[in-house]
Amino acid sequence: MMKNETILEIVGKIADRISEEKLFLTELDNAIADGDHGINMSRGFEAVKEKLSGADIAVPADLFKLVGMTLVSTVGGAAGPLYGTAFMNMAKALKDRTELSLEDFLKALEGAVEGVKMRGKSTTGEKTMLDAMVPSLEAMKAAFAEGKDTKAVLEAGVNAAREGVEYTKTIAATKGRASYIGERSIGHQDPGATSYTMMLEEVKKAVV
Amino acid sequence: MKKFINLPENCENEMIQGLVKAFPGYVKKLDCGNVIVRSEKKRNKVALISGGGSGHEPAHAGYVGTGMLDCAVPGAVFTSPTPDQIYEGIKAIATPEGVLMIIKNYTGDIMNFEMAQEMAEMDDIKVAGVVVDDDVAVQNSTWTTGRRGVAGTIFVHKIAGAMAETGASLEEVERVAKETIANVRTMGVALTPCTVPAAGTPGFSIGEDELEMGIGIHGEPGVNRQKMKPVNEIIDELLDHILADLDFAGSEVAVMLNSSGGTPLMELYIAYDHLADVLAENNVKVYRSYVGEYMTSLEMQGLSVTLLRLNDERKALLNAAADTIAFKEFGGRS
Repeated sequence: MMKNETILEIVGKIADRISEEKLFLTELDNAIADGDHGINMSRGFEAVKEKLSGADIAVPADLFKLVGMTLVSTVGGAAGPLYGTAFMNMAKALKDRTELSLEDFLKALEGAVEGVKMRGKSTTGEKTMLDAMVPSLEAMKAAFAEGKDTKAVLEAGVNAAREGVEYTKTIAATKGRASYIGERSIGHQDPGATSYTMMLEEVKKAVV
Repeated sequence: MKKFINLPENCENEMIQGLVKAFPGYVKKLDCGNVIVRSEKKRNKVALISGGGSGHEPAHAGYVGTGMLDCAVPGAVFTSPTPDQIYEGIKAIATPEGVLMIIKNYTGDIMNFEMAQEMAEMDDIKVAGVVVDDDVAVQNSTWTTGRRGVAGTIFVHKIAGAMAETGASLEEVERVAKETIANVRTMGVALTPCTVPAAGTPGFSIGEDELEMGIGIHGEPGVNRQKMKPVNEIIDELLDHILADLDFAGSEVAVMLNSSGGTPLMELYIAYDHLADVLAENNVKVYRSYVGEYMTSLEMQGLSVTLLRLNDERKALLNAAADTIAFKEFGGRS
């Protein structure tokens, strides 16, 4: 499904997308918290692009590790440790695989989800990125188990992630900075769930 | 957006450079990044580190110095610093006695400080952490992340810092820090939003005749939006929340009336005129008062009231000498 070149290309696309959506993500964050999500993520992914351009990468795991470490050291806030841990856990799950099958990709995402849960001491239903990550992973695993092709699997994932974002509008935040306003966060979509969905959309566009 | 800046993306770096140039007798910056330490490392004591987003100046770099912090780690504006930055700070100030991290209760701050602690512990540095959550505006329940850490943090810097300076153990410094946290309460209010330089537009909008009660120090929404009213009534409402939350009656307190950055001293003194009277009416004895800019939110017009309940130990530690850019205590007062 993916070799190093494809993954590099996708990470570049994700960086561009986050950069384009910087103000939108910041507006979402402003509505319920402190309004830095877009700015921070964009700064982080710009740094990722720069780091990757000169890096010596043998296997996908190296690449994910570098992305994770760069995000941790440049994003800050909550998103830095969360996305950083997610990417580093993907690296751990892949070890020395030279190429990613769809199954490897799902296994790596499983590691990412576990990492975010552990680092954020969080689970679904708390209006966080997990509300997009968990249902999209489950949808992809189900589609994969049914023997669907890469395109159908990723579509199922993106659709579930989008539904997850919609779901975050209906609930109050109980984790993260948005939790401080509790009920007043209802009606707003979660910026982290949104940025995750954007990433998955870029994966789908590039692979399919 | 109209600000005295150059490029928005350079704000944090240029601010730190300016601070270090202005106060070389107090602080210096590490070469590896935006990490502020005392100009002369103090040994034979527990070292204190704090940090958080920039935009709250003088917090926290203004409190680095004798009797308070050993290191402050500023992140981007309103964004927690990163683990590698905090880790560099911990390494720079570490002593065999250990390092205490003073963290404000925000998800990002806690995660970044925890990651830094894990990294430092791999180097066999003894690290403990306390989390400040003094804001009574937000619910404290198992269903939320808990209360926010705001201006009460400065009292934790002062009291834990004074304890550390006596040569007390990490456990003892941690204990007084925790007891300070348990006895400090704050609530804030804002009349205007503030603009994060990199965002370029205000964090929220509010009518000319409105106020946001219970505002957070990053411009996070508060408990409710109200019509503007005289400051005496605003102070009454803030104190209602604070006094209902912890029993201050009959106690001696330290009180801090803090400007969010855009409130002139004139208005703070007007507010304090009434604040002092209401405290007296409620049998709360003001032992020491602090009025000014301690924990700001860029140019926001706003203020916060903090009360710290004192006992003999906290009184002595509050009185101990401190010499930092933004907080000075000559010591020896009673």
